[in-house]
Amino acid sequence: MKLTSTLLATSALTLVAGTASAIDLTLVSWGGAYQNSQLKAYAEPYMAEHPDVNIIWDESSAEAVAKLRAMNEAGNITWDLVDVTVSDSIRLCDEGLAREMDFDNELAAAPDGTSASDDFGDTLNNDCFIPQIVYSTTFGYRTDLVGDTPPSTVCDIFDLEKYPGKRSLQKRPIDNVEWALYCDGVAKDEIYDVLGTDEGQARAFAKLDTIKDQVVWWSAGAETPQLLADGEVVMGSTFNGRLFSAIAEQNQPIAMLWDMQSFDLDGWIVPAGLSAEKEAAVLDFLKFATDTQRLADQAKYISYGPARASSAPLVGKHDALGIDMAPHMPTDPANASNTHLYDYGWWADNRDDLDAKFQAWLAQ
Amino acid sequence: MSDTTQNGPMRAADGTPLKKSLARALRRQKLRALALIAPLLIFVLVTFIAPIADMLFRSVQNDIVADTLPRTVVALKDWDSTSGESPGEEVFSALAVDFQAAAEQKIHTKLGSRLNYENPGISSLFRKTGRGAEDIGDAFMDQFVDANAAWKDSETWAGLMGSDEWLAEQAEWVAAKAEGVKEPKFRLRDGIADALPRTSSTYATFARDTQSGTKSLVKTKPWPVFFVALAQDLATASPEVIASVSGDGAALLQEAAATAAGFEPFDYKAAFTDIDKGWDNVGNWITVQSYSARYTPGYFLNAVDLEKSPDGIQARPEQQQIYIKLFVRTMWMSMLITGCCLLLGYPVAWILANLRASTANVLMILVLLPFWTSLLVRTSAWKVLLQQQGVINDILVWLGLVDDGNRLVMINNQFGTIVAMTHILLPFMILPLYSVMKTVPPAYLRAAKSLGATPWTAFWRVYFPQSVPGIGAGSILCFILAIGYYITPELVGGTQGVFISNRIAFHISSSLNWGLAAALGTILLGAVLLLYYVYDKIVGIDNVKLG
Repeated sequence: MKLTSTLLATSALTLVAGTASAIDLTLVSWGGAYQNSQLKAYAEPYMAEHPDVNIIWDESSAEAVAKLRAMNEAGNITWDLVDVTVSDSIRLCDEGLAREMDFDNELAAAPDGTSASDDFGDTLNNDCFIPQIVYSTTFGYRTDLVGDTPPSTVCDIFDLEKYPGKRSLQKRPIDNVEWALYCDGVAKDEIYDVLGTDEGQARAFAKLDTIKDQVVWWSAGAETPQLLADGEVVMGSTFNGRLFSAIAEQNQPIAMLWDMQSFDLDGWIVPAGLSAEKEAAVLDFLKFATDTQRLADQAKYISYGPARASSAPLVGKHDALGIDMAPHMPTDPANASNTHLYDYGWWADNRDDLDAKFQAWLAQ
Repeated sequence: MSDTTQNGPMRAADGTPLKKSLARALRRQKLRALALIAPLLIFVLVTFIAPIADMLFRSVQNDIVADTLPRTVVALKDWDSTSGESPGEEVFSALAVDFQAAAEQKIHTKLGSRLNYENPGISSLFRKTGRGAEDIGDAFMDQFVDANAAWKDSETWAGLMGSDEWLAEQAEWVAAKAEGVKEPKFRLRDGIADALPRTSSTYATFARDTQSGTKSLVKTKPWPVFFVALAQDLATASPEVIASVSGDGAALLQEAAATAAGFEPFDYKAAFTDIDKGWDNVGNWITVQSYSARYTPGYFLNAVDLEKSPDGIQARPEQQQIYIKLFVRTMWMSMLITGCCLLLGYPVAWILANLRASTANVLMILVLLPFWTSLLVRTSAWKVLLQQQGVINDILVWLGLVDDGNRLVMINNQFGTIVAMTHILLPFMILPLYSVMKTVPPAYLRAAKSLGATPWTAFWRVYFPQSVPGIGAGSILCFILAIGYYITPELVGGTQGVFISNRIAFHISSSLNWGLAAALGTILLGAVLLLYYVYDKIVGIDNVKLG
């Protein structure tokens, strides 16, 4: 009897102590090197300053929208901050699954006093999305398998005579149809107008048809670097950070082809319907993790460009290799001479439709 | 005495009729047995049957349109979609109320993404209109507030719409100021729903939405949509009905009716088409109209490459037809994989069953080993083996069997899927075969041979028939597992080796078209049950043995 009551009292005390001091935040990200960069640049410094906050990671960003929707239906949100791409954030915001932000009041201003919304600028895509990085989907090629004239434009992907061999492309229409139209002679600013018509879509698929039997389609970002390293493909698209680690960290005979790299953004959303206590804790972390210095720090670990204008001058050297990171950023002027800006609104409308056509085309 | 005893019912020691007593004892026993299996039964029901039933139900469920745009759906019933013109003012005035109410609750974009599955482009129409629709409400609000500033106050609205009892309870709640106690649940005033149907139903929605949080109705700003609804109600209601409204707001309402009579007529259709020309597009309205029912066959039609159109059901454009092809491919490839497993597994199981127990146990570990290795690792290993610069091609080139320029393509096609999945599913074939073969006495084969049968006849006439139950069990297991696989086909199947389950996974986790995923899943489940039925008719399910 005495023992039980002592035990009860102790556990009650720990419970009280537990609620009073520590708070667990569950962050959702993509795993791998990217999540590690967030851990080093944001989470570890934050936890050092706030010993009462404990950050837990979940590597579910690829299924974030589906899982958040399921959690919402079940009425039990177990995530506190979720890393998603812009297109997913649009859908989460549309479905009411993400909290709308008051950017200027809830995020830190730049060191020179520029408001957060001005500092993030165009990267603020919708009311729920807090951008972190600019990344790009671009090409890498095997330096030893392309002969004396390495590919210089994205259209070399479609040139089987000059560059025979397999190439890897992502198993989805986004980016691929735009590159196809561009290389079929459509002006860059007319791509989405052309793609909006049935003839334009047929034209894109006809261009892709010319290389269809030489394409290996990937669905995970790690596949292209592996295929390049094995010599299975001579060139292939993937996220620029993956290519950076294959080139700089693993010394593979691979080089970047930055032409018509497709810019995209990745950032946080706060799930809608958090308890007031959790929400306050998350917003405090978010303010810290998206300030100018923290975004610049992340570039020490991975070659993705910070989303704030004020962070760019602060980008330094790679944490382990000690090389300058600026030339490896997709946003570096030398790399960004010809880029492709993905139209989120257009894809939000046409993604399902074009995906059905793309899958039917693949299955032919 | 003896007669009565024999004619009356048999009785137990305590005097109750024996039959009754026995029934009671049996019932108790049954209940006890049920209690024993109850944990498992409840577990299976809650975690397995209920979610599956719920998921399957989604394949026909379509509440979202009628729930989000209730008044529009009703008004749209009479619209003739073949007229070639977008609906009239009546539908647009209903839409003005519905859309703003939905935008206030932030559910209009959800409906946009639902309808976008059927008609690409609607999601941005809805998103854009959400921002613009509020201006319509603001315009009306300004007119009412200019006439009497009291309309701005949430108290005015609560007093007009709430029942007297609710107002009394609410006043008590305000006076008590108790922490953590929610505001009393809102109740509409008697008769107001008849006098001001649109206003009262939007207010009820507002009350539900506000009170689902911790906010109070009298502290929350009125939605601009109330003023649109009020203007519409006042324009149609007769003065007697307006006069019949009781309560504190009655005088204000009378005054508003007089003011509203002086309003400029509002062109709702023009307002919406100004926000986005899409509202004048007949195609968009056809989509809303044809998906306004609470249950829809749309997902099922889509799942078999058909679509709904004003002229009835028709095939989808050829460039979008994919599901039938994938269903057929999934079926025949799964059968082929099952066949390969049987072909490879049968001799292995036979050897295992006929070896000394100690040797058989060692070999059994080799069969089980793949079970202990991650599925992803096994699939990736096949990539390393089969790719063009892979181990098998390297060996063939080294042996001179294959020219270096013409390395074999063994992955990212159907061959890759069949090889990798046969390997992964092999244990599921070997284990049931082995356990059945273990029970076949070796003496039978010896007897057949000593009676003059050739080894083949002895095997085919004596041994094989006895192993059929194992073949049945193994084949069913392999087949059912194969049709549900998607990770392996996704990784090694390329474009020609993917299954219907890859599409289901895509719709669950990427496109979020759960209705379509549910319809595809239901069809797949139906196909399996049908095959099972056929199997039962031909082979007989009693002939299946797992051991």
